[in-house]
Amino acid sequence: MGKRIGVEVSIAAAEAAALADVDVIAAYPITPQTHIVEHLSELVADGHLDAEFIPVESEHSAMSCCIGSSAAGARTFTATSSQGYALMSEICYIASSMRLPIVMTVANRALSAPISIWNDHADMMMSRDTGWIQTVAENGQEVVDLIFHAFKVGEDHRVLLPVQVNLDGFILSHMIEPIHMPDKAEVDAYLPPYKPAMRLDPAHPVSMGPVGMPDIYTEAKMAQDQALRNSKAVIVEAWKEFGDKFGRYYKPVETYKTEDAETIIVSMGSISETAMTAADALRAKGKKVGVARIRLWRPFPEAELFEPVKGAKNLVVLDRAMNFSGGDTGILGGEVKSVLFDQNHHPSLRNFFVGLGGRDITVQNFEEMVEKASANGGKPVPYEIINVRD
Amino acid sequence: MGIAAEAIKDFKGFNLKNMPEVEPLSSGHRACQGCGEILALRQAMKALGTNVVVCSATGCMEIVTSPFPQTAWNVPWIHVAFENTSAVVSGVEAAYKAMNRKGKINQPDVTFLAYGGDGSTADIGIQALSGALERGHNFIYICLDNEAYMNTGIQRSSSTPWGASTTTSPAGKYSKGQSTWKKNMPAIAVAHEIPYVATASPAYPVDLMNKVKKASMIPGPAYLHFYSPCPTGWRCGGDESVAVARLAVQSKVFPLYEVIDGQYVLSRKVAKPKPISEYFKMQRRFRHLTETDVQMIQERIDAEYAELLKKCGVEA
Repeated sequence: MGKRIGVEVSIAAAEAAALADVDVIAAYPITPQTHIVEHLSELVADGHLDAEFIPVESEHSAMSCCIGSSAAGARTFTATSSQGYALMSEICYIASSMRLPIVMTVANRALSAPISIWNDHADMMMSRDTGWIQTVAENGQEVVDLIFHAFKVGEDHRVLLPVQVNLDGFILSHMIEPIHMPDKAEVDAYLPPYKPAMRLDPAHPVSMGPVGMPDIYTEAKMAQDQALRNSKAVIVEAWKEFGDKFGRYYKPVETYKTEDAETIIVSMGSISETAMTAADALRAKGKKVGVARIRLWRPFPEAELFEPVKGAKNLVVLDRAMNFSGGDTGILGGEVKSVLFDQNHHPSLRNFFVGLGGRDITVQNFEEMVEKASANGGKPVPYEIINVRD
Repeated sequence: MGIAAEAIKDFKGFNLKNMPEVEPLSSGHRACQGCGEILALRQAMKALGTNVVVCSATGCMEIVTSPFPQTAWNVPWIHVAFENTSAVVSGVEAAYKAMNRKGKINQPDVTFLAYGGDGSTADIGIQALSGALERGHNFIYICLDNEAYMNTGIQRSSSTPWGASTTTSPAGKYSKGQSTWKKNMPAIAVAHEIPYVATASPAYPVDLMNKVKKASMIPGPAYLHFYSPCPTGWRCGGDESVAVARLAVQSKVFPLYEVIDGQYVLSRKVAKPKPISEYFKMQRRFRHLTETDVQMIQERIDAEYAELLKKCGVEA
């Protein structure tokens, strides 16, 4: 029946990929993702996992190997961060366009320059438009559970898309947490063996990755977009089945005390735990604060996000990456505004940039942000960077 | 005996009487008239047969064989990007290895082929190629060398020979054309200490096919460098590409040899070498060169050939 253990989240992520019985892992070292693939190579070296571990010469080749492997019909896994993601990004677009259900964990880290190994969401935001399904973990247990879910969803023949599981670098990847690790039989009952829709097989030749002339390119892109949109139903269904089997239920947007909240913090990832602590602290002072945490980043859960926030007077939207648009909103800020615009809904919204390159964000910072949102009175205000020196 | 020599010791070879009829790369593709690249690739595929997975770099051979919804490929084929075909084939080979071992498939004898042009091989894809050779995947890599980026319109690569005029190394008042010597890719492959490296030319189809077949029989990586005339980019007649290819060998510009387990073996000694001026005359990319330029190139070619003979243990 599995067991609850204290374990570093990266090690648990590797164990999850091993429990999913991956056939091929292709990866290149980059902090803070490294412990994930180090542990996978150990599992292969010690005979605990029967897989090919390809120690590639770059992240670009890591994703290229993953495409070859997945196209050949193997269950395929990799992990990266930050600059590594940037280098492989060319091939990430192709992985989703070729509809290959590769699973990748990204230990989120800031982008250079200045070079920073510490956590923010710049790599996740960079990967926003690659056509991958993307989920964002808040804690170690979620990382493990989302990896099983990623294979289940990506490999579903109604979906056939790669899945990126985001976890905050260091803050999650290097933390030792109590995590329930299921046993192999439980995982097997949830996750059937990968049955590719088609594969590179001399007995049934197919040509993959052909030239798309102008008379077919738009249709190809439309089909891909529809696949990503349609995946949401399968994502939700797979979470329901996961909950029924493992007792932990997930949904696209997680809420904390939003029912009666006047101010709602919209966030992603591990910072949401601080946000919940801040919400409790503010509630103790008589302020009705809640948290809406986006777990499903792509496809974007418009309706699921609007539902909990529609009653709030004030919204605090957190972005953990710069948006050099020269405009007034961050990336998540813009997404949230788009949802509100479509619903003709105009709360008092403040968009804050927080926690860049490993900068700590405290409960006090949250109190400051909630105060500013409450005092705003509905005027459009440009984003503001919090906890920064002039 | 080294692993390559051991693997091919009983190989009898193709001849004009036992040519395979199979055409894994079919006609009806959209290559230019007289394309030496598609000719060489067709010969290679005839030698390999159909129990093969082919990984293609972006380039002429990808474009002309795969305009959706048509394909010229009768074997499984994948194209991903320009610089990564060696990594893609690494993934395919690893997948087959893992799935065969785990009993998920029973296809232990599939051959894995990756190919790319000279730009893809010697420039943008050299890192991925080096990685795949170093890791020892069991695959064949073919460089289809037409000595420039032909697909994008005849731009120079590091495999363009000195003096060739291309659209980014044009001959002009202050330029002789390409100002650097051709990168020696086979030597770079040999430096990886892989079991088999060879050069081949579509003007010598039996030799080419034998080398491809040997590469498929040898475990581990094999690197093949094909001389692939491009009438469009070299500015010669479409009906002259085989003649140009033959002349390149006869003038010592492109010698044919193998490197088996690190040992150089000359495929054919050029008994009465033709002057390179004859080879140059057929191609307008060299027509701006002066007699002095040609003499200087001839000296370099002679020295390189002498060096090769020495490596092969053949007397000059």
